[in-house]
This record gives sequence, structure tokens and C-alpha cells, in this order.
Amino acid sequence: MSTPALSIREITKSFGQTAIIRGVSLDIAAGERHAIIGPNGAGKTTCFNLISGRFPITSGEIHLNGIRIDHLPPHKINRMGLSRSFQITSIFQRLSVFENVRCALLWSRGYRYSFWSPLWRQRELNEQADVLLEDLNLHTRRDIPAGLLSYAEQRALEIGMTIAGGASVILLDEPTAGMSNTETDYAMELIRRVTKGKTLVMVEHDMKVVFDLADVITVLVYGQVIASGPPEAVRANPAVQEAYLGALVE
Amino acid sequence: MTGMIGKSWLWVAAVALAVLLPWCFYDFHTGRQSGFVLSMLGQMGMMIILALSYNMLLGQSGLFSLCHATFFGMGGYAMVHFLNAAGDGDLPVPMELMPLLAGLASLALAVVFGYMATKQRATAFAMITLGIGELMATAALMFHHFFGGEGGVSTNRTINNSLFGLTYGPSIQVYYLIVAWTFIAALAMFFLTKTPLGRMANATRDNFERAQFMGYDPRMVRFLQFALSGLFAGIGGGLYAVTYEIVTFDALAAPLSANALLMAYIGGTTVFGGPVLGAVLITLLQSGVSLMSNSWLVYVGVLFICMVIFAPSGIAGLILGHRPIVRAGKLGQLVVPYIRVLIPGLLLVLGFVGLVELTSFLTIGAAQGKTLKLNGNEIDVHATMPWLISAVALIGGGAWLWLEARYFRRVWDGLMADLKAADGKAVRVLA
Repeated sequence: MSTPALSIREITKSFGQTAIIRGVSLDIAAGERHAIIGPNGAGKTTCFNLISGRFPITSGEIHLNGIRIDHLPPHKINRMGLSRSFQITSIFQRLSVFENVRCALLWSRGYRYSFWSPLWRQRELNEQADVLLEDLNLHTRRDIPAGLLSYAEQRALEIGMTIAGGASVILLDEPTAGMSNTETDYAMELIRRVTKGKTLVMVEHDMKVVFDLADVITVLVYGQVIASGPPEAVRANPAVQEAYLGALVE
Repeated sequence: MTGMIGKSWLWVAAVALAVLLPWCFYDFHTGRQSGFVLSMLGQMGMMIILALSYNMLLGQSGLFSLCHATFFGMGGYAMVHFLNAAGDGDLPVPMELMPLLAGLASLALAVVFGYMATKQRATAFAMITLGIGELMATAALMFHHFFGGEGGVSTNRTINNSLFGLTYGPSIQVYYLIVAWTFIAALAMFFLTKTPLGRMANATRDNFERAQFMGYDPRMVRFLQFALSGLFAGIGGGLYAVTYEIVTFDALAAPLSANALLMAYIGGTTVFGGPVLGAVLITLLQSGVSLMSNSWLVYVGVLFICMVIFAPSGIAGLILGHRPIVRAGKLGQLVVPYIRVLIPGLLLVLGFVGLVELTSFLTIGAAQGKTLKLNGNEIDVHATMPWLISAVALIGGGAWLWLEARYFRRVWDGLMADLKAADGKAVRVLA
């Protein structure tokens, strides 16, 4: 078996006395579309925060393509090929839509902290940003401040910014939260298109999205994995039905 | 790219204005430009550099620094020592390049302090810079060799080393040195806003976590912006030293840091040129109004408070807010509303100025043995009438303005709604 794209070994996370993540282990193969589901407060978003380096883990190990990444700061993890989106839209409100996308391209295109290359002369970079805007169907909104986009457009922009850097592992935190049915269908189509060939891990509440998109589903309850496997197996798992439906009812 | 070309006429106009303005105040009796005007314009140049470099932090990076004068002052002190060394023949650098040396000295200091301060952002950053400012102010009084204590350090700018054979004795030559460096610095800072670093500074300002998850270390972005802004402030300080040939504690103390903040904020932090407007306005107040009134700082303070409350995007923001209306050719519809707010506004200002001046002449003015004069007529500050008139103007003007302001807002909102309905497009991004 080849090295998993993302390998999580017995990670735990406590805030003070409270253990939020209580020993989670997961192997996510390259190219897999992996959904993490679970009731509210199960620690799904915390898991993402630990993987992406936003919070330090309390114990355990995380490997990205075989390289240990826990205790690295987020920007270093990102440079190694892992990118994430946020549950609450996280974009540059005051910059134009185009600038948002262009910023997301900069590091991976090798510009780093350059204060000597004028952006307006980087033809290739600017073209790439425009192409991505068309992919996202945001090209007609190119020059307005991103903060003025509609909610669904902002979510699309964030997905675009998450994949722009060419990361091989993409974490999406509830990409369709708060969307109408049509918007959700569009967002799913977009996610499918732009994450083609990449490893996708997402936290999602919408079961339709989960069962449509995911190859593997992991169920997280109170900071522990209670089931992980293909959709049909997870759906049929009595423990999942009890924990998950029970939590949904209350 | 269009931004660079589209606004280039502004740069050309500004250069032309700066070059020609002293000649509008040519005194045929002495055969020289007015000394007062030259020194005020020169001061404006330095303050423009100070305010623009401060805005690299405040407006562009969202960093609220309270020690910007540290780097201006450092440039000044370093320049004095460079000039002294050059005068002794130990530093064979032409005068035209000396301000860059001063800038590099400040850059070195900004690298050290920036390493400390930029570890944090927001309030913690502001606290650290406050500490740095106080630290440097104390150091300036303690280390006499470099800072000269309370008396400061002085120099002689005629070092007899120039690329163009100039002596830099006459003020006009120094003025053109300031003009040249102000434009070099302003252009360089403008260029920086168009580079990956400049853009990521805006990005980390808006959302540092997102920037981080795109591969950028927000601390590194802050650090580079801080260091570079120190470089430019130092160039400004160097020009200060050349102009006055003496640098004291004032050039790096907290009041000048506050001034940098005032100029950038009043001018407008959201537009590149905003701080230039602020620097020009504050310098005008400082040089002009300070001659007429003891209380000029009161006016600057009130202006600042009013801007923060009513126009947080500054003068530049106010001007640019009119852009959509101008584009639609509807500016004419604002003329009457403007006149209607201007008249009570003027009354309000006159009433306020009246009260402030009366109070000031009652206390400080009396102590200095001065009398309050209006158009040459002496005004008795102990009489009831001037106080009454001022108070009525202030209160009446205020109430009237309040009414007219509501009318103005209605017209403005109506125009904006029309424009929005007309093209359905949102206002284009300013930054």
C-alpha cells in the first residue's frame, strides 16, 4: 500500500481540562474524497484546525504525504500542499475579487515576499487569476470588493482561493452550509470540478452532499471515530444510526 | 496597470506644483523666494514622507504604530553625524545621496525593533511600539555622544560634495533636494503597493489567517512592511537634518509620532495619496494658523475628532466618495445642498473659534500681554458681547447645521439610490 496522503495517528486535543478530540486515527489515501460527519460539537472543525496547524495538538502525530506536520505553523503546512477553507467565510473583504484570487496564487507561483516585481506586469499570473475567476463563474464580478459578493458567491470564491495554490490535499469545512438547494447543487458541481485528482476531506452536514460526493465517510462522535468506511457500510452501521440519529433528534 | 498610467497626470501635476510654487512667492527686494514659504513647503515634503511611510503600516497593513517618529528621528540624528563626517572629509558621499544613507540607518533600527514589535499584531503591537517610542525618547536624553542630550546635535550642511556642483547653502537648493527625495520616496512607496508584498500586506490586514493558509507568514509580511516604512521615515528625517542643521529630541518624540498618525488619518488611510493631503493640511495649520493663534493645536485636535467620527475614510475618502456622482454627471445637483450646509457650518466654526480665542486670550494671552484683534479692531475679552455672539453662533449654527445635514443626507442618499438603480453595478474597489 502506498503512503496515505494524510495520516492521523491517535491525535488528542484538550482545551484546559476538557478533552475535545479523544484519540482520532485516520488514513486518507491520495485522490480519496473523504467526508467527516457527526453531530454538533463532535470535534469535526477542531479536527480540521489541528490538521491545518491552526491549533497545536495535545498528543499524537499527523503526517502529510509521509512527512510529519504537527507542530508546524499553518503557512508551512500550506506550503507542503495542504489547503483549507473555513466554516465562516474567510476572504479578504476589502480587496477586489480578482485580488483575492491573485493573492491566493502568489506563494505557489514563487513570488514569496517580493517587493520588486510589479504585479501589473506579471502577465502569466494575471491570466491564471482570470482563468480561475471564469472557472468559479465570478469573472463578471472581477473588480468589486469581495465583501460585496452574495453569500453563495463568497463561498465559491473561498473554494477557489483554497484550491488556487495547487495544494494536493484540500480540507473544506461545511462548504455548502447556509445555501439554498440550487446553490448547493452548484457548489457541489464546482467542488467536484476544481478538486479533480486531489485528495478532498470535508466536514459536511448535508447528507445528500455527503453521500453524493464521498468515497469514504468517517463518523465522529464526542471526539472519537465510531465508524469509517464506504457510504453504504456507514449508513448500515447500527452504532452510527444510534449515535447520529439520536443526536439529530435531540 | 491602468491605475499606474491613469493617475500619472496627478504625479506630474504635483511635481510641477512643487517646483514652481516657491517662484510664486518671489521677493524682488531681496531677490529670493520667500523664506517662510520655502521653509513651509520643505516641511510639507518631509511630512509627506513621514505620513506616507506611516500609512504603509496603518492603512496598508492595519498596524497601529505609536513609534513612527523613532525612525524619522533616527534618520535625522544619523544624518547629522554623516554630514559632520562628510564635512571632515571622512565620508565622500555627495549630498544628493546622503538622505538614502539616513534611510538605511533607520532601516537598520527598524529591523531590530520590527523584529520585536511585529511578533504581535493589533493591540499588542501598538503596546510594543509605544514602549519602543518611550525607550528611544529616553535613550535620546541619556546617550549624549550620539543624541547630544537636550540640546541635540548640530551640523553644517555645506559639505562641498555635490553631483551637480551645488553648495546647498541657499534654502532653494535644499528645497529642491527635498522635492526630489519626496518624489523618489513617494514613487517607491506607491510602487510597493503594487508588488506581492504590498498586496499581501493588505491581505493580512483584512484577514491574517486566510493569508497564513495561503502560504504566507503574516509576521514576515508585517516585519518587511515595518522595516521598509522605517527606511522611508529615515529619508524624511535625513531631509529634516539637512534643512534645520540641528536635530533634537523633538524629531523622535511621541508628539511627532502622533502627528504622523493625525496626518495619515485626516488625509485618509484607504487611498495612497490620502496622507499627502493630510500632511499638507496639517503643515499649513502648523505654519499658518500657529502664527495667528495660540490655540492652533485645539483646532487640529477637534478636526481629528470630527474626522474620526464623521469621515473615517479621511479627506481623500470624502473626495473619492463623489466619484460615482461625478461620473454620472450629477455633481451639479449637490451644489445647492453644499451651500446650504456650508453656511451654518461656517457659523458653527466661527462661533467655536470665537469662544476658544476669547478663552485663550483671557488666560494665556493676558499672561503674554497680547490683545485679541479682529481686522485691526481690538476686542475686549471681558465684555459680554463677544462671548454672547460667539455662543449664539456656535449653538445656532450647530442646530441649523443639524437640520441642513439631514437635508443633505436625503439628497445624497437619493442620488446614490438613483445611480445604483441606473446601472446596478456596485462601486468599484478603491484600493
